Amino acid sequence: MNQSLSAQVLAQGESWIGFDVGLFIDRFWANTVDGLSYGSIYALVAIGYTLVYGVLKLINFAHSEVFIVGAFAAYFTFTALGFRPGPTLDIPMIEIVVNLLLAGVVAMIASGLLALTLERVAYRPLRKKKAPRLVFLITAVGASFTIQQLFLLWRGANAERAIRLLRPEPVFEFFGARVTNIQLTIFLASLVLMLVADIFINRTRLGRGIRAVAQDPDTATLMGVNRERVIMLTFIVGGVLAGAAALFYIMQIPQGVLYNGGFLLGIKAFTAAVLGGIGNLRGALLGGLILGIAENYGQSLFGGEWRDIVAFVLLIAILMFRPTGILGESLGKARV
Amino acid sequence: MSATQTSSTAREPFGTRIRTWWNGLSRFQQWGLLIPLVAVVYLLPLLNFFPLSTEPGTNYEIALFNAARMALLAIGLNVVVGQAGLLDLGYVGFFAIGAYVAAVLTSPDSVLYGDYPWLAVVPIAMAVTMISGVILGTPTLRLRGDYLAIVTLGFGEIVRLLADNIPQLRGNQGFQSVGGPPGTYADGSPIFVQTDGAPWYWLTVTAIIVVLILVGNLERSRVGRAWVAIREDEDAAEIMGVATFRFKIWSFVIGAAIGGLSGVLYAGQAAFVNNQRFDVITSVLFLAAVVLGGSGNKVGVILGALVISYIPDRFQVISEYRYLIFGLALIVLMIFRPQGLLGARQRLLAYGRQAYRKLLGRSEPVATESPMQDSGKGVNA
Repeated sequence: MNQSLSAQVLAQGESWIGFDVGLFIDRFWANTVDGLSYGSIYALVAIGYTLVYGVLKLINFAHSEVFIVGAFAAYFTFTALGFRPGPTLDIPMIEIVVNLLLAGVVAMIASGLLALTLERVAYRPLRKKKAPRLVFLITAVGASFTIQQLFLLWRGANAERAIRLLRPEPVFEFFGARVTNIQLTIFLASLVLMLVADIFINRTRLGRGIRAVAQDPDTATLMGVNRERVIMLTFIVGGVLAGAAALFYIMQIPQGVLYNGGFLLGIKAFTAAVLGGIGNLRGALLGGLILGIAENYGQSLFGGEWRDIVAFVLLIAILMFRPTGILGESLGKARV
Repeated sequence: MSATQTSSTAREPFGTRIRTWWNGLSRFQQWGLLIPLVAVVYLLPLLNFFPLSTEPGTNYEIALFNAARMALLAIGLNVVVGQAGLLDLGYVGFFAIGAYVAAVLTSPDSVLYGDYPWLAVVPIAMAVTMISGVILGTPTLRLRGDYLAIVTLGFGEIVRLLADNIPQLRGNQGFQSVGGPPGTYADGSPIFVQTDGAPWYWLTVTAIIVVLILVGNLERSRVGRAWVAIREDEDAAEIMGVATFRFKIWSFVIGAAIGGLSGVLYAGQAAFVNNQRFDVITSVLFLAAVVLGGSGNKVGVILGALVISYIPDRFQVISEYRYLIFGLALIVLMIFRPQGLLGARQRLLAYGRQAYRKLLGRSEPVATESPMQDSGKGVNA
């Protein structure tokens, strides 16, 4: 009786996780391309986590909501511009570009403003009271929760149907994998944004302020850095990049925008930030791309439903074996 | 806080006075006051009068059961968050494991179905959750603070995703007719049925009392003192010879077992388990119960659980907004009263304080607060 039972379990258990090496090899380059375009979205969101962590040593748990607010803002811009969910319209290229830019700017403003509001409303009073870190994290969780629920009450539990301005068309082949115009746009635009962010942090006066506060807040204050302004700036930069990522997300993901759609992406972006070395801008890029690729490889190796588990297992594995990430924490390191 | 520190003439906070009064009573007097209180708690399903009743709306007895189940969970989570100071955002994972073990063993839908008695399923479920507590704790408890929170969150999600993806766990379809405790009325009808919450409530209250006694004893033991030491300053505890890692694992394991027990009770009463109730939102709700009531204070977390669970059932108007309200409550509370409704006072020095007060006839020289309030290790302090 017992033996037949265990045999039965084994027989049924065989199929629940697959190791489809054939599919993995077949789709290797296609997955790499997909992974790079998803990964650049993760990387952009990861910068928000990385900067705030670098400056405040705080995991801004509500950053996923900053992102999803950007996605909603971009979506509402599209609807306000007269686009309706459904098949792609045939409009001239220049109009598409203008509309995308407009939606992107609105998303960036919305996300930046939300990030700033969060900082003012939720974190600043705690900083004034010199609260312990646990308190900050609980507040962040509460804020994330609140914003999610506001969107749930406002828009309901169904995803907004996707609006797609740009029709995916293959532009060129990469080792036999088709690269679509959307993927190429996302990847290149993200790289440019990351480059701008990197230059901003490493070359400008304001960026130097951020690095100074990250390295030693007290000394930085003594040297005339306005700490409050630097923190505001950090939240704004992270929020603006999350807004840009939100636009790319809308372009990339066909399912549309959902009230809790930020949660998973937020966790993945955080994973990316930790993977590259939290507090490290270039690490966020590296981590994002690696995570995007790993996730897509995992998807073809184990099966599509295991995609999200790959990210979570990766997160736990990194934190266990290399909590400082690949490039290490370095926002605060002095660079001469 | 410096209120108690300044002078004996300053009026102590109400909570402190209550606590002082309570601690001043003898054990016998404490029991004398507790027994009538417990009797009232047991009688609640029968006292279905206007201010308490949930009519019209949800079933009153089941609402009571749900509140009691939440209280049990909060007590379990309090061991981890309140006592040992480890922020666990994946506690729902243990709750899920308990519920699933009960479902897998007692539901006819399961491939592992055998005619297991429920009384055997409970220890099995608790053992499985304890083992999963070790599995989660061993690799992750070397991490601190925020990182630990994120990793436990990942663990909770992994449990849920496994339930989604392993066909034998039946995903959204779930397990029907999960078993409950034995027992029949005189006419042969079973006592523990899905529609009647009262027996389930009584069972859960009994479980809470047993767990409270056990956890209370643990708190007063070497283990509990080690937890407080870890919570207050992990490095100092380590240096003073506390085996911090081992005690952190213990807190995880004990918390997990209580969560698992609660899961079994939930699965039994609902008689149905699927993957829908074990998401991060639920986990945050558990955390909200603990933080709202007062992390580290057993009476506090029970109060927090009642607020979280019973109020939305009692006032249907707010039930739609409950997650929103509790999200906001977390922010507001952390800003204005980080120690929760009933703050925890560090128990480590409680007996020393009593002795000091009796010797010198005034309040203690050092007053320490819960870790939610200390200001030494703030963010960029």
